[in-house]
Amino acid sequence: MAGILVYALHDDEGNFNKNSLGALSEAAKLAGELGTEAAAVIVGDIADDAAAGLGKYGVTKVYRAKNVQEGLAQPIVDVMAKVIQDDGFTYALFGGGLLGFEIGAGLTARLGAGVTMEVTKVKVDGGKLISERPILQDSKIADVGYVSEPGIIIGRLNAFDIVEGSGSAEVVDVDVELSEFSTKAEMITRGEQRGADVDIEAADILIGGGRGLGSADGFKDCEELAGAFDNGAVAATRAVVDAGWYPYAAQIGQTGKTVAPKLYLAVGVSGAIQHKVGMQNSENIVAINKDANAPIFEFSDLGIVGDLNKIMPKLTEAIKAKKG
Amino acid sequence: MKICVLVKDVPDAAVQKRIDPGTMRLDRSGENTLNPFDTHAIEAAMQLKEGGELQVDEIVAVTMGTNTAQRALQKAVALGADRSVHLADEALAGSDVCATGLALAKVLESEAPDLVLLGQQSDDGECYTIGAVVADHLKMPSLTQVIDMKVDGDKIRCERQAEYGYDTVALTLPAVISVGDAINEPRYPSLKAIMGAKKKPLDTKSAGDVGIDASQVGEAGSQTTVISLNEPPVKEAGEIIEDEDTAETVEKIVAWLEERKLI
Repeated sequence: MAGILVYALHDDEGNFNKNSLGALSEAAKLAGELGTEAAAVIVGDIADDAAAGLGKYGVTKVYRAKNVQEGLAQPIVDVMAKVIQDDGFTYALFGGGLLGFEIGAGLTARLGAGVTMEVTKVKVDGGKLISERPILQDSKIADVGYVSEPGIIIGRLNAFDIVEGSGSAEVVDVDVELSEFSTKAEMITRGEQRGADVDIEAADILIGGGRGLGSADGFKDCEELAGAFDNGAVAATRAVVDAGWYPYAAQIGQTGKTVAPKLYLAVGVSGAIQHKVGMQNSENIVAINKDANAPIFEFSDLGIVGDLNKIMPKLTEAIKAKKG
Repeated sequence: MKICVLVKDVPDAAVQKRIDPGTMRLDRSGENTLNPFDTHAIEAAMQLKEGGELQVDEIVAVTMGTNTAQRALQKAVALGADRSVHLADEALAGSDVCATGLALAKVLESEAPDLVLLGQQSDDGECYTIGAVVADHLKMPSLTQVIDMKVDGDKIRCERQAEYGYDTVALTLPAVISVGDAINEPRYPSLKAIMGAKKKPLDTKSAGDVGIDASQVGEAGSQTTVISLNEPPVKEAGEIIEDEDTAETVEKIVAWLEERKLI
């Protein structure tokens, strides 16, 4: 069959990733327009009903490789390459996320296929798919087509909306012999949480701290400022979480959380794309940064070019005073 | 053992990047520099060498590109690489990710490295994918966005942040590892190293030298095509305050927040 094959990522409890479910829904919609079908690939020991349940998102078939471990890209490249070659898929689609980038890239090499990444929209034109890919820090959008089949499409985080209906997919078990090198990466631990288990998703006001804070101590000022608001909390960028300045549970972006609070107040955050995709739907965005050229000012409603160490404590005081 | 570090020359961050409307390719005629993400990969190689747990005999910086790419190689050598390899060929111009990955794999194959390191992304293309493409061609295990590496016998134990938290993965060498910018703070090159960089060996190789079939690279070998280049939807520019008098600035912020009922 011609069609679109989607990789559906899951955690160790078997919960499917939201971005994967978005990709399934998108693939089903596009397949409808192309007059073909969409299918999913899953790995690991996922129960029959859970696998068939992916049909709710519009896929008609689910390929399951039970003996392949979730979480490492190369074995999944082996699985997807075999399914694509055996059943003749014309596109492979991935939701935003790190593993999708790795698997999509591996497939590109394995199949000599064209790939686009950070795709924000996919269009149908003349029976083919065209990807919209923002480039140069999102200042331009390239419409990219595929010269050959299959075309590999790696979406940007949150690019595709989940559309949930009814329906059940046929589950097909696939047995794939792994490449020798695919077995040379061994997962020791997966999904380790680092730092306190903080909740940022319920907050109305988020103070987002980045590397510009200078050190872990800078987060004390962020917490003070968050405390001055009603229902405020503190979020962080990937860079400072990797540096151990703040808990992973508070991280925004590609490998963290997606939030849309009433106010996102970014302090010392440069505004890299991977951070932007996790907070750009906030109702109001305010940024304080000493670098007037920081990308965050491109998508802020209010930008303050200045020293956050001078501004933040005074702002905290002023807000406390307003509330009396 | 031999470590190859893949590097790239990119337009200087301070320069406004543009696409040549004729070729739909990035205009690379201006000031170029070593991709800042690659400095972390060179530093990671240096730390493995200096750590002493692995015997690193040689660190080789490898790039593909036009003549300006040699500046990136010189900078890589100034940061610690022992020598460099420049894959340069007209036939490579216009290569997409698929063709670039194949060409880089071929030049790496000619060096037979025990470990390939690269930065997590390039400052210009922002593709994040080259490491995994190269690894598949070389048939080596690979991991991207690695923020910690520890030597463990013939394995490298890597940590990285993925969708559900931190993963620890052991890779058996030879392997391809793309490192995140949190892995280290790259050192500054000494004046002596900068002066000495031009004296270190630099091999220039053509596509044919490393066994690349010209039909598989460049525009001919690319599997994607840029159809058009468009402007993103216009977003109303936000208000900008330059902080001169902090008391006044804070007053303005508070008024702005009050207007939107955020306090």
